[in-house]
Amino acid sequence: MTEFATDSILVLVEVSPSGAVLPSAAGLIGAAAAIGSPVALVVAAPGAGPAAAKAAGEFGATQVLVAERPDAATSLLVPTVDSLAAAAALVSPQAVLLSHSVQGRDVAARFAARTGSALAVDAVGISRDDEGPVVHHSVYGGSYLVDSAASSGAIVLTVRQGAIEARAAATKPTIETLEVPASGMRDVDIVDFEEVVVASSRPELRGAKTVVSGGRGLGSAEKFALVEELADVLGAAVGASRAAVDAGYVPQSHQVGQTGVTVAPQLYIALGISGAIQHRAGMQTAKTIVAINKDANAPIFEIADFGIVGDLFAVVPQLVSAIQSKRK
Amino acid sequence: MKIVVLIKEVPDTWGDRRLNSETGLLDRAGAEPVVDEINERALEVALTYADAQTGTEIVALAIGPASVPTSLRKALGMGADSAVHVLDDALVGADITLTAQVIAAAIKRIGFDLVIAGNVSTDGGGSAIPSMVAELLGVPGATYLNAVEITVDAVTGRRETEAGSFGVKAALPAVISITEALPDARFPNFKGIMAAKKKPFETLSLGDLDITPTEESRSIVLNVTQRPARTAGTVITDEGDAGQQLADFLAKNQLI
Ligand SMILES: Cc1cc2nc3c(=O)[nH]c(=O)nc-3n(C[C@H](O)[C@H](O)[C@H](O)COP(=O)(O)OP(=O)(O)OC[C@H]3O[C@@H](n4cnc5c(N)ncnc54)[C@H](O)[C@@H]3O)c2cc1C
Repeated sequence: MTEFATDSILVLVEVSPSGAVLPSAAGLIGAAAAIGSPVALVVAAPGAGPAAAKAAGEFGATQVLVAERPDAATSLLVPTVDSLAAAAALVSPQAVLLSHSVQGRDVAARFAARTGSALAVDAVGISRDDEGPVVHHSVYGGSYLVDSAASSGAIVLTVRQGAIEARAAATKPTIETLEVPASGMRDVDIVDFEEVVVASSRPELRGAKTVVSGGRGLGSAEKFALVEELADVLGAAVGASRAAVDAGYVPQSHQVGQTGVTVAPQLYIALGISGAIQHRAGMQTAKTIVAINKDANAPIFEIADFGIVGDLFAVVPQLVSAIQSKRK
Repeated sequence: MKIVVLIKEVPDTWGDRRLNSETGLLDRAGAEPVVDEINERALEVALTYADAQTGTEIVALAIGPASVPTSLRKALGMGADSAVHVLDDALVGADITLTAQVIAAAIKRIGFDLVIAGNVSTDGGGSAIPSMVAELLGVPGATYLNAVEITVDAVTGRRETEAGSFGVKAALPAVISITEALPDARFPNFKGIMAAKKKPFETLSLGDLDITPTEESRSIVLNVTQRPARTAGTVITDEGDAGQQLADFLAKNQLI
């Protein structure tokens, strides 16, 4: 039987019901490789295992455990939790890494509850000291940096998407089939599934270098196109305030803030966004912040490096053509 | 049907939320404690069902310090039938795993067909409690629901994840968590607030729940540092050339 290094870090690679490996795996394996030996686990429907294992190798996993479960595409969480429990028992890792994605959070939570493990959530980094892995968190909109660890045993942690830049070199991993005893735990049934279609060539909001966000000041879904136009000129991702999401200008997945996505880009441009504290919680650690708002008292100006008091419908078109002419 | 709604008291996001730099715990002198908005939406889901189905019983459950009864009274004022508060000094600084164990033990004692929670709190941000509680209760946990339909023996809904959109179904008893795509909660009215005063309110200790915070593995805080607050930069008023000036600023800072 395969030996596992004492500094093994077990990484759950997220696989969609259709067998696709989600991009979060790259950062997770990158983070694991920086502090130990990454062992990846893929849980997939029968037949989908080898392709997913190969993808994990391309992200730098040296060893991959494959659990093929007939219920992987019909049962929401338990097949993955059972497989993770079996993998952890086999590997005895120092830490278990999952994505702080919707699915990753749930699997981490159930696994930690089942095994009585310490759980650290929404990590922005991981390092190691003499006693083992140390987890870094950014709390209250980045106002505080907090380090945590497990008092004993392997720590289970979820890693914020887009927070880890480290990438491990691609490998040809050793692949092993994992036998998974079923827990018999009652689960949620998957009734139907529609895969996300990446419709645009725009970057992902999480981890983007530049983000252009629009708020209620855009006024309508049609006029929100101006945000997208500027984003495309800058090669930026598109964000939004909760008010813009509630008004139906853009889907919820674009929401930046307290209850949306947290971003930390090089450049953040806020258009027609007042800068409520809950919005700032999701973007105030951006390197450079630019704001355009017609209200000189809008709180967004308190944190902007460059602010313009003006009508965004006049300023943005001029900005777009000025950028284009600078590039000529 | 018996529905338990989980209520978390959090520092108001409109206020100045602070951490104690020695303990890593919330500094309660900062922002005012309030019911987390997402839990009000969770209660609204239960109340909407109860409006249509007589014989529905709603229990609001919270664990936390001595200020929590005010939050639970608000839930009673909105329409919950009774409230349970788990209060114990041993819970100060409890990590997620212990918190989930306490919530699951309280729910078992209360009894339930359905547990409704918010998907993510505004202070912890972990989203872990609903699934942990489901695991500890041995029931399905349908979390992150953007749409919910409750029937006598099942709950169905839609869940958006990074991979796509799932239609999901769980047989009861079950735990669900809901997102802020669901409607805002109703306000407690005068009649509700008066009625709340007479509704059953139970306070439990860890002893009542047979829980001794054991020495099992816990997540501990090693270190806390405060980041310097951001300061304002240049603000100009558009006089017809602000777009051009912004392009110059971006170019100068190598951002385009
Ligand atoms: C628990 C909780 C969680 C929350 N989570 C989030 C979150 O995750 N993200 C989030 O964004 N919000 C969140 N909010 C909501 C937040 O409080 C604000 O309501 C929201 O951010 C406001 O969005 P906005 O700035 O687009 O809208 P508004 O506050 O209405 O601001 C619109 C701005 O546009 C400007 N404007 C209008 N027309 C023009 C024009 N032609 N040119 C230039 N400027 C113009 C106006 O001057 C105004 O400042 C949360 C609130 C709560 C209570």
